[in-house]
Amino acid sequence: MNPLRRKHGSAPVLAMITWVYVLWSLLPILVAVRISLNDGRSRSSFQPMSFRWYWGDPTASLWHDDSMHTALFNTLRLAALTMLVATPIGVAMALGLQRWRGKTSNAANGLMLVPIVTPEIVFGVALFLVFSQLYTGVPDGITRQLLGHVTFTISFVVVIIRSRLAAIGTQYEEAARDLGASRLQAIRLVLLPLLAPAIFASVMVVFATSVDDFVISSFLSTGESTETVPIKIYAGSRASSTPALNALATVMLFITLTAVGLAAALLKAIQRRGGEEPDSGSGLASLSG
Amino acid sequence: MTATLQRESRSRTRVWSVFALPGIGWLIGFFLISVYAVMAVAFGSADPFLKTAIPAWNPLEWDFTTMSDVLDEVFTGYLRKVFVRTFAFVGLALVGCIAIGYPVAYYAARKAGRRKGLLLAALVLPFWISYLMRMLAWTNLLQPDGLVNQFIGWFGLPDDRTWLDGEWHTVVIGLIYGYVPFFILPLYSTLERIDGRFIEAGRDLGASSFQTFLRVTLPLSVPGLMAASVVTILPMFGDYYTNSYLTSGSPKTEMVGNQVEYYLRIVGQPQRGASLVLVLMAMLFVLMVYYMVTTIRQQKAADR
Repeated sequence: MNPLRRKHGSAPVLAMITWVYVLWSLLPILVAVRISLNDGRSRSSFQPMSFRWYWGDPTASLWHDDSMHTALFNTLRLAALTMLVATPIGVAMALGLQRWRGKTSNAANGLMLVPIVTPEIVFGVALFLVFSQLYTGVPDGITRQLLGHVTFTISFVVVIIRSRLAAIGTQYEEAARDLGASRLQAIRLVLLPLLAPAIFASVMVVFATSVDDFVISSFLSTGESTETVPIKIYAGSRASSTPALNALATVMLFITLTAVGLAAALLKAIQRRGGEEPDSGSGLASLSG
Repeated sequence: MTATLQRESRSRTRVWSVFALPGIGWLIGFFLISVYAVMAVAFGSADPFLKTAIPAWNPLEWDFTTMSDVLDEVFTGYLRKVFVRTFAFVGLALVGCIAIGYPVAYYAARKAGRRKGLLLAALVLPFWISYLMRMLAWTNLLQPDGLVNQFIGWFGLPDDRTWLDGEWHTVVIGLIYGYVPFFILPLYSTLERIDGRFIEAGRDLGASSFQTFLRVTLPLSVPGLMAASVVTILPMFGDYYTNSYLTSGSPKTEMVGNQVEYYLRIVGQPQRGASLVLVLMAMLFVLMVYYMVTTIRQQKAADR
């Protein structure tokens, strides 16, 4: 064992800073959730609890305000479509870039990394201008938002899958090929199952990125019918808003955390069945370098 | 592990390029060409009546007058204030991220012991919570009658502070709150990988634990510190929603991104907006290249 591990607990100041930070990072969220349950209009203090802003209020509640559930529906539809398009393209691209050697491959790898380091405003403006000046035939609204979100998320998939591919190596596939499998069979029957955890992780990262995105959705939005939850929350800072906004954010939070939790549980189940060591969080770890 | 593949000649690995093609095509079509469109608009002209952009797709027809106007304003005019403010906000927020993020990452990586799993889950959780929801939470807390004022009131401090009327410190705190989770994780993974024997050696050779930290751990964590800083600085420079959301769009806290949005979406001067985006990209170019080079090095190391 690492001798340093013996001494943990001997850093009370660090421990305090860390746990205070954790509280600071999460308590405001709990407060926001609690405010969504206010019976009154206050967005700053706790009032008796009710579900007024979820469904009780006949006009302004989440259930009765059309613009609210349009935003919720738009966000989820956009994220689902983005996952469906970006994941296969990204997985294939990772496989290609990992195995194909040469100058063109290196250039393509460089190109793949640029979107990750591009600030979102640059992305948003670039997509906004290319659609309004060049690809004018692309229907505006959700189609453009989808194309934008896919462009923005492909690289995350590639980075996650590539790091898993590097860890898997090629020996399993070679064994399969030696036993008579074709190249595609080896990929389908051997490599893809081994990649499943990383594919899962990237699907979740794509979902969370798409659901969280404000800048690109907003630059490509054409009005209320294409608003997403982040756009709605953002607009709420200027309009006089009610705790219904908190209710909207809370529902979105609940959906995201449930999806992530289910995915993690499913992943564990798959890994246990495959007799593999569960490697938790490999996806995020590889993203953060 | 890829020895066999490396033994294959380059032409044989070309088969794999088929898999990469859809992705490459997509990124060229929607990323590279989009960035080119920014240049075509910035260096193009405007319709004299409608004021709409007429992009110049041919580089030989590029006209740099708008860009030089914008640069003049950046260096001597109105935009200078906005750039200085952006640098100040990002700089202060980075200092805050280091001050909070380093101890937290260090504790999580090397001292957390049995509680490590729980702590890591708590550190990753903000990733799954929408950024704007986290900002929404702060606008709830920072209302004049909000919990923050009540909280500081308990300590006998004046409890009638305004926070959401264009105060610069609100924006800096908001940026720190927003970005510190992204700072902690890359730093954590570097600190975690430091070989404990180096630290042990430092202690055995008579250094105090603080000296060991300064002479051993800190230098070894520099790559992680750099990666974490780049990962947070890049999006912060392009951020225009945190400040505007937390100060109801007050001009007193405007950053570069707000000006871009203003030109493009409010007054309809796409040429100026596009030029400003190019200035921003040029400013961040070194950081972007740094991040890409280190990532490619890591990929190569992982393949070996």
